[in-house]
Amino acid sequence: MVQPGTAAPGAQPTIGVREGLLAGYRRLEHRFDAAFGSLHNPLRQLGAIAFALFWLLAISGIYLYIVLDTSAEGAYPSINQLSREQWYFGGVLRSLHRYGADAFVVVVVAHLGREWLHGRYHGFRRFSWLTGVPLLVFVFVSAIGGFWLNWDQLGQFSAVATAEWLDWLPFFASPMTRNFLNVAAVSDRLFSLFVFVHLGVALLLVFGLWFHIQRISRAAAFPSRRLAWGTLLVLLVLALMRPVMSGAPADLTRVPDVLALDWLLLFIHPLTYATSAGTVWGLLSAALIALFALPFLPQRAAPVPVAVVDPANCNGCRRCFDDCPYAAVTMVPHPNLRIGRQMAQVNADLCASCGICVGACPSSTPFRSAAELVTGIDMPSEPIGALRRRLQQGLAGLSGPHRIVAFGCKRGARVDTLAAPDVATFSLMCIGLLPPSFVEYALRDGASAVLVSGCREGGCEFRLGQRWTEQRLAGEREPHLRGSVPHERWATAWVDAGDETALHSALNRLRTRVQGYAVTAPLTAEVGHG
Amino acid sequence: MADTRPATTPAAWIGQGLLYALFALIIGVFSSWPPYRHLASDQALIKLSFSHTGKPVADCKQQSPEELAKLPPNMRAPVRCPRERSPIVVELDVDGVAAVRHSAKPSGLSKDGASSVYQRIQVGAGAHRIAVRLKDDARSAGFDHTREATVTLKPAQILVIDFDTSTQKITLQ
Repeated sequence: MVQPGTAAPGAQPTIGVREGLLAGYRRLEHRFDAAFGSLHNPLRQLGAIAFALFWLLAISGIYLYIVLDTSAEGAYPSINQLSREQWYFGGVLRSLHRYGADAFVVVVVAHLGREWLHGRYHGFRRFSWLTGVPLLVFVFVSAIGGFWLNWDQLGQFSAVATAEWLDWLPFFASPMTRNFLNVAAVSDRLFSLFVFVHLGVALLLVFGLWFHIQRISRAAAFPSRRLAWGTLLVLLVLALMRPVMSGAPADLTRVPDVLALDWLLLFIHPLTYATSAGTVWGLLSAALIALFALPFLPQRAAPVPVAVVDPANCNGCRRCFDDCPYAAVTMVPHPNLRIGRQMAQVNADLCASCGICVGACPSSTPFRSAAELVTGIDMPSEPIGALRRRLQQGLAGLSGPHRIVAFGCKRGARVDTLAAPDVATFSLMCIGLLPPSFVEYALRDGASAVLVSGCREGGCEFRLGQRWTEQRLAGEREPHLRGSVPHERWATAWVDAGDETALHSALNRLRTRVQGYAVTAPLTAEVGHG
Repeated sequence: MADTRPATTPAAWIGQGLLYALFALIIGVFSSWPPYRHLASDQALIKLSFSHTGKPVADCKQQSPEELAKLPPNMRAPVRCPRERSPIVVELDVDGVAAVRHSAKPSGLSKDGASSVYQRIQVGAGAHRIAVRLKDDARSAGFDHTREATVTLKPAQILVIDFDTSTQKITLQ
């Protein structure tokens, strides 16, 4: 009998709408990789780009606020003059501010969509998801409020449309729209409210962003320098080619004429007039409820058990604490009560069950002489001792002059497609789980070469698994692969799911290389087995 | 190996340029296009807006000595007036056709606040006969305030119909 979520042997697994869209998105992301390289691919750094754009908005906004006359009479001329008389600086900053806001919204929505496609809203990611959803509201509130400060016809239209939309709610004793009935009604005090909406909500956004990344260690709060400069350059060129100018000043005796509407930020107004305020409130509420409810819906896949610490094998080295991508590991006093001795402790709510901590643990080395390898921090579903046993069995079962061991990641290209009489494959929950000493161990135990593969740079499901593995193998991070291991006998392949062709090419290159070196013997004769 | 390192080939640079240009195009175009017209060029707008506190729903009542005796000493006011206000009933006819028929309840938990009305009526530009009737006293029969006028509206003009509490008159601005 086939269980839900599984497929009968030989049958095609059922692909849902989200999975289908994700496959399409991955293809798009790979196209971007071809142009940018995966490390600088904007689609892999949407959150970081959003942060950079936010700082651009903050810096340009500070200058605009200095120039802005925050009175009903003075607001329009102050900004209009800036664009006309100081176009080379203030005008450019104003355009950067506007286009930056447009780009910010596009990037934030794309970021949300990407995380949804990847199903990143359950379990340990629930906090980031739930703290991210309100930020969408803050972004639009602050952005729409910015148009009012110009107090041109577009600002007038947006302010009145917002007031009419808000008046649908039964909260206001006096309609908000009465603030815009005539010129006398628009007071300096009202402009203080505009300033609060635009700046106060933006400040709330800062706090919201801080909360949003609280449970992520080493959060990518800035994109790669190359990508940051590229994005800034694009917006700068746009600002110079199509500078943002004020429309005609607001006139409350007339309905604004044809408007050059910013559809990315103000689409809600035409939508309200095309339907009704109630319809838009209904749509907005439904969207927000759906987004908030998503993390609480039942998961299709059964949750993987979280990492477990073994006090007897934990020496308190803090490497798992340093390497955990989600700050799930904390250091606590060791139960052996030795002064100053610490031990790792896993917060089950935060643990992603990625196993990166296992790869970081010095006790995970397979060279330990214990019959049963038990490490300081381990994954109950894939214990490191079992991996050593499987490696020994796999090596024993290989034939041919050049025996190769391939370690891979379940989320990346399928390493099991490499399986052959002379190739033993091991698919791990994340390549970050692999202690680098396993490479040396495999070479000493009879392998001619070792291939380590994982997701493309910036594409690790658990954020840091690929990066830490690369650094550990390069000797830049502890625990590191010993420098005495000949580099010609191991290789890496950073390949996503669907990149199996590239994975096979990497294997073939490694095979050709070891054939060229005529490598057949183990690394050394003496091998310490557990 | 797949493309993981920074792309430096001419094709990659061209690809980057094109993708950046596409991004700029999306931002540049949709930040101001397509143009939006909220009102057709031959239309005008009437905004009917009141925020007005109606008269009390009932007359003040003289308290009898017996009723006063039941009250605490500090609350023995000889005249007791109801807090609740009358709802505002407003009617607007444009060119003899009923455009608005609305009754606005007083705000507040005790229904002692102002009643508010806000309605938008889109009309063609040109001359219109406007008739506004407002009732703010539940005890009276008929409407307490009326105003009729012929107005000529230009395209895109906004006519605001309000109630001036200081003069107790319906205004057309």
